[in-house]
Amino acid sequence: MRWRANTIIGGALIALLLGTAVTAAFWTPFDPLRINLKARLQQPSSMYWLGTDEFGRDVLSRLMAGASASVVVALATVVLAVCIGVVVGGVAGYLRGWTDRIIMAINDALLAFPGILLALAVMIVIGANKSGLVLALGLAYIPSVARVVRGTVLSIREKEYIEASRVIGNSEFYSMVRHVLPNAVAPVAVLATSMFGWVLLAESALSFLGLGVPPPAPTWGNMLAASRPYMETAAWLSIAPGLCIALTLLGINLLGDSLRDRLDPRMAHG
Amino acid sequence: MTTPLLTVDHLRIEAGRTGLVVVDDVSFAIERGEFLAVVGESGSGKTAAARAILGLLPPGLRRAGGRIRLDGEDLATVAPNRMRALRGRSVGMVFQEPMVSLNPAISVGAQMAEGLALHETLTKREIKCRCLDMLARVQIRDPEHTFNAYPHEFSGGMRQRIMLASVMLLKPKLLLADEPTTALDTLSQREVLDLMVELARDHGTSVMLITHNLGLVSRYAQRAVVLRQGRVVETGSVRQILSAPREAYTRQLVDALPRRRAAAPRRAAGEALMSVRGLKVSFCGRQRLFRRDAGVAAVNGVDLDIGAGETVAVVGGSGSGKTTLGRAMLRLVPAAGGEIRFQGRDVTAHDRAFRLAAQLVFRDPYSSLDPRMRVGEIVAEPLRHVAGLSVTERNKRVAGMLDEVGLDGFAERWPHELSGGQRLRIAIARAIVRHPSFVVADEPVSALDMTIQAQVLKLFERLQAQYGFACLFISHDLAAVEQVADRVVVMQGGRIVEQGTRDDVFDRPQHDYTKALLAATPVLDFAGPANMRASG
Repeated sequence: MRWRANTIIGGALIALLLGTAVTAAFWTPFDPLRINLKARLQQPSSMYWLGTDEFGRDVLSRLMAGASASVVVALATVVLAVCIGVVVGGVAGYLRGWTDRIIMAINDALLAFPGILLALAVMIVIGANKSGLVLALGLAYIPSVARVVRGTVLSIREKEYIEASRVIGNSEFYSMVRHVLPNAVAPVAVLATSMFGWVLLAESALSFLGLGVPPPAPTWGNMLAASRPYMETAAWLSIAPGLCIALTLLGINLLGDSLRDRLDPRMAHG
Repeated sequence: MTTPLLTVDHLRIEAGRTGLVVVDDVSFAIERGEFLAVVGESGSGKTAAARAILGLLPPGLRRAGGRIRLDGEDLATVAPNRMRALRGRSVGMVFQEPMVSLNPAISVGAQMAEGLALHETLTKREIKCRCLDMLARVQIRDPEHTFNAYPHEFSGGMRQRIMLASVMLLKPKLLLADEPTTALDTLSQREVLDLMVELARDHGTSVMLITHNLGLVSRYAQRAVVLRQGRVVETGSVRQILSAPREAYTRQLVDALPRRRAAAPRRAAGEALMSVRGLKVSFCGRQRLFRRDAGVAAVNGVDLDIGAGETVAVVGGSGSGKTTLGRAMLRLVPAAGGEIRFQGRDVTAHDRAFRLAAQLVFRDPYSSLDPRMRVGEIVAEPLRHVAGLSVTERNKRVAGMLDEVGLDGFAERWPHELSGGQRLRIAIARAIVRHPSFVVADEPVSALDMTIQAQVLKLFERLQAQYGFACLFISHDLAAVEQVADRVVVMQGGRIVEQGTRDDVFDRPQHDYTKALLAATPVLDFAGPANMRASG
């Protein structure tokens, strides 16, 4: 099997991210929460590699600590949305008829709200904490997964090999699990990777509005949000977390693409 | 003697990346007004050679040597501008798949007008006038309506006529026809090719017909070039090549044509295995706001008996309802009326024993295998429903079955790694691994090359003799039917118009439709094209 460039680059970026997140649990250059007003808004230097923020906290340490928070939230959200979305969309596509219509009517109603608004509403009800965030964002992204899965299931179940499975005498349910769902993996994998990016951004947005992970705990999103007033005088405050988000998205997308190709036997030699 | 219209000299085409030679040292010439056939199987490089003439090799392939001269002009050295001017104007091409070679978003008229507007200076009205004339010329019933219609409104045969009309509008000197009728049924095939010959003769166009069907070659072409793996095997007059092939490969091709075997003494038809009475299937009309359009009866009152171990062929053009009949007999599409008795009892869609005993071999071996399962798993799947089979027994049976279809050791492969013929063998193995007593084969060989077809038909016959299943063989290819069938049923418009033993139907057809089908079937005819002209 050949190692392609996108597998290597994507893998390296994600490995770096995970490594950082794990390291941050044990060690960071400074305490990410320690306020040092004497060292406010310092430029990157040999002491503070990425400078300090408006409270004199070390940006590198906060980024490292934020990595674990952001990644955990994004990953948990994607897993939640995909699991529930696949079940909902699969059931709708499998049963068709009235069940499908009702499920999809609710689904489309949810889809009509901007995801962030939905998450906001849920956050206000549950309150701002990490698991609340995951639940809120997960709920917001379930409808798009369900839509994609239902469409894929509907198109795959018209394929001849599904009819072949029926002719053999397999039950509809068995055909669904053994033939339909595995062939629906590719679009879901693509969706899941791009969703990871959206969730990172949504987490930032919610944190920005004060409904994400509550301060002073750092996440990339609330760091980015907090850096806004200093954009002109201390650009490193926004560049550092922004770059982290961008590189993570790049890594996830590259890895997602190669994962999708890997999962498809037809592409294994490509 | 004048110089030929087209000469291809030592043409060599390579795949850019791997350096694989696709066409190697191929030379041939086409005289003015000549009908040349290029014969070869998939992978013989015949399409690549044709595309090289147009300078339209697919990405990845490049011409590595040789010269192509059209009318004294070297096509290898002409500027891209000149090449574009030649395409369509001097060399026209008709593609294999009429379903995808017309743009579905543009009306037929606009597509036909494109070429004229590009190559000639005509007013809009003149263009339309010429298009309508040409549409009438290819026997399209309502040219005015067709001109404004969209491709999806037409059947494959009609689309191929439209394609032909739009190409011939420019009166090219050379027409390249790449398997133009492979996707069509026998009757439309005959009509389209007859039209092509007629138009070519009227305009003095030379034709290069690319095909794997020797019957068509014998009916239409004067000379033929046989290609194999990118090399010319044999060139000569059609009569010589078909009646006295010099090379072993050509002989193999000629031998691969389905032949009638002597009618084997079949066991006396006692109790019918399957018996169908008054079967009706209709497809629902479109759902409108408050009502439903009237349905279409795809199968309309069919009575049919099939004895144990017997092969009954169902023949008919596209839309005759033969495929629907096959599916309805397996209870895969709901019937609107009639009854189906299997071993004497009435069966429904939920009859477990019937489902396990009756199997289907699909038309398209490319889409009927799950792309995410290995060959071994695919063949093993039906055995899930055989009670009390241990894993070792099951694996043994799968290996045995694969060996039986000539694919020993393929269990770990993926379907996409196999050729069409191999996939069909897998599909057959899957259908009979559970030893069914009734198998429906839906156009099983229509997508395959001649030699592969012959092998698969032979395999099918052998397996049938061995396992003794009865078979409903659905096909529009009368030549294949002649080889395998015991009895033949002819369908038209959802009804059976004639049925009888194979010899009766083939030698003493009663119904006009049967006669038309038989007449349209290309058979090896050593009298050559002269004969065709006399009859056409």
